[in-house]
Amino acid sequence: MQGALENSQTAAAHEAGLGDAHHGEHPDLRVWGLITFLSSEFLMFAGFFAVYLVFRSTIAEWPPEGTEVELLLPAINTVILVASSFVIHLGDEAIKKGDVAGLRKWYMVTAAMGAVFLAGQVYEYMNLGYGLRTNLFSNCFYLTTGFHGAHVFIGLLLILGVLWRSRRPGHYSAEKHVGVEMAEIYWHFVDIVWIVLFILIYVLTLF
Amino acid sequence: MVQATEAPTDAKLSLSALTDYSFPQKQWKWYDYFTFNIDHKVIGIQYLVTTFIFYLVGGMMAVAMRTELATPDSDFLNPTLYNAFITNHGTIMIFLWIVPAAIGGFGNYLVPLMIGARDMAFPKLNALAFWITVPAALLIFTSFLFGGAQAGWTSYPPLSLVTSNVAQSMWIVALILAGTSSILGSVNFIVTIINMRVPSMKWDQLPLFCWAMMATSLLALFATPVLAAAMILLLFDINFGTSFFRPDGGGNVVVYQHLFWFYSHPAVYLMILPIFGIMSEVIPVHARKPIFGYKAIAYSSLAICVVGLFVWVHHMFTSGTPPWMRIFFTVSTLIVAVPTGVKIFSWVATLWGGKIRYTSAMLFAISLLSMFVFGGISGVTLGTAPFDIHVHDTYYVVGHFHYVLFGGSVSGLYAGIYHWFPKITGRMMNEPLGRVHFLLNFIGGNLTFMPMHWLGGHGMPRRVAMYDPQFTHGNQLATIGAYILAVSVLPLIVNILWSLVKGEKASGNPWNAMTLEWTTSSPPPIENWAVLPVITRGPYAYGHVEEIPPAERPDLSDAIAMPK
Repeated sequence: MQGALENSQTAAAHEAGLGDAHHGEHPDLRVWGLITFLSSEFLMFAGFFAVYLVFRSTIAEWPPEGTEVELLLPAINTVILVASSFVIHLGDEAIKKGDVAGLRKWYMVTAAMGAVFLAGQVYEYMNLGYGLRTNLFSNCFYLTTGFHGAHVFIGLLLILGVLWRSRRPGHYSAEKHVGVEMAEIYWHFVDIVWIVLFILIYVLTLF
Repeated sequence: MVQATEAPTDAKLSLSALTDYSFPQKQWKWYDYFTFNIDHKVIGIQYLVTTFIFYLVGGMMAVAMRTELATPDSDFLNPTLYNAFITNHGTIMIFLWIVPAAIGGFGNYLVPLMIGARDMAFPKLNALAFWITVPAALLIFTSFLFGGAQAGWTSYPPLSLVTSNVAQSMWIVALILAGTSSILGSVNFIVTIINMRVPSMKWDQLPLFCWAMMATSLLALFATPVLAAAMILLLFDINFGTSFFRPDGGGNVVVYQHLFWFYSHPAVYLMILPIFGIMSEVIPVHARKPIFGYKAIAYSSLAICVVGLFVWVHHMFTSGTPPWMRIFFTVSTLIVAVPTGVKIFSWVATLWGGKIRYTSAMLFAISLLSMFVFGGISGVTLGTAPFDIHVHDTYYVVGHFHYVLFGGSVSGLYAGIYHWFPKITGRMMNEPLGRVHFLLNFIGGNLTFMPMHWLGGHGMPRRVAMYDPQFTHGNQLATIGAYILAVSVLPLIVNILWSLVKGEKASGNPWNAMTLEWTTSSPPPIENWAVLPVITRGPYAYGHVEEIPPAERPDLSDAIAMPK
């Protein structure tokens, strides 16, 4: 047998809370879980990027005539998205000091910036003059940016969810802000993927 | 033999402490197993039972195909159905049986029990991971109404782009769902093993099954999303008019193969690493010896995980791979055999001089050792580019991977079932019936898959329903073997059902094992322990400690189980 037993504090706490709080004694590992999951998500984008790079290196004319990308608008969009990563961090710092109003202010700004990014992307799609099926480059372009856009949309929903919950008094506080932190981490992930994507799909077309 | 020997005195004391009735010894009711239950044990059983049903379905497909192949002419299955069986037999066995049974079933049931936790880190996520395999299975089964996916389990374009598109799309969505389940499960295992070990458990006291699950989860975490990317691109090609893999639109079919094998080669380690974990638990317990080379076994799992990510091109030696790539991937493939050999060596060394109990679990473990070594050696031959080019897409390959997957993974799952059945159900299994199962399984397995090496070496291609009459005898042997295999499942099913009702009651620790799951009652109560156990020695310290009074015991956790 494994050896002696000891009436640990966790067990006592567990017995007290048995019944209604089935998993009450778990430490909060959600941030751990999210980071592990996002490292996996990143590999999916890496798969798309690898496909893009293979085509880019094997096809002579890339991007083909008539399917060049717009550069100015995406550059502005990039600045907005990168800046929003700093803004959302201000919200996180605010809640760590217990400042719910500050959290709401900065998260609202972030949500607005995310919405502007998405609107910019839609505007870009509508004015490019070519569609998903036009050629291999447009296939890659719409698929990668589209998948990223979907992730931005989910991030936006997370931020709006945080804002919705922050209406309840005491829901978030200096000690209790895992949800806020998770939304922030997800937003940073979306931002990092965009930086790689922007360099690969937009900037590299200049060379 | 079953030796439900009395546990030593101090163990009895601790057992009585564990069955302290002030702690509610509540058990789940039968209907709890049909709900979105978040207890890791319920989820583990849900996985084991449903995947076993999928295994039977996949097995029926195999029997139908072998019946077709009993004669050189195509006279039993029509070509569409044959192709659908070829495709879905592989898919079901891999994605709906071995991977979810080993990782989802045994992993979920055992990992929290082995590390002294009350549950996984994310119980709801865990239940979600199980419940999305159900629609995945339904998609595969209903795809037969639309002709069934036809392009083989690899679904290489352009074939997969031109055949049976509705069924192919359903197959793709099913794979994405199964992959999502696998990723969510991996997140859960990694976070659980790192953070939820009982505080007194150091990394070098972690049972080897948990080490194996850690390596498996890391591999699934990094490889599966790449398959998802490939599947999404293929889905777009079939349904939305893109041309990533359409040669006529400038696309490249070899890119698909790279993405596919970047996942699907590591998938073979997803299917064998947890089984290696099961081996490392079963062998020391039934040989009554400390495991030989604890650290070697633990670290070789991680080594397999790392090297396994760099060998995928050996599936593509005939796809126009440039010679430098063939050299790199031949060498890296051969290197994977080293950590695998380390494990095999350690198990054999553990058996050597042990007081071996030939229980059904042990018999399957030994059967695994022999069949896996055979499959591993034919794998080494296939990993070398010159030979691989010669036997590419022949029955030699089919023989090889069935030795590894059936002789290896499935035998390991059987060993696990016999070993942990008393813990899971509180009843012992019937040993004579278990031996009948083992014999039929071992004879049937070798009779089915051994002739395939000869067939392939003589040039019989895989995936065909008709063949040259010179191959008739080899195929008939394999078909007889397949029938024996089909029959071999019956004693297992009878044994499980009979033992559930009439089996001898199992004590908390019927095998006298030393890992933590055996310190609670059989079956474990909800939340596993009244008070969390405290580790005082390593998980495999057999043969020395029991006789010495507790006060005078040396700390053997370092000396025996974990040589530094």
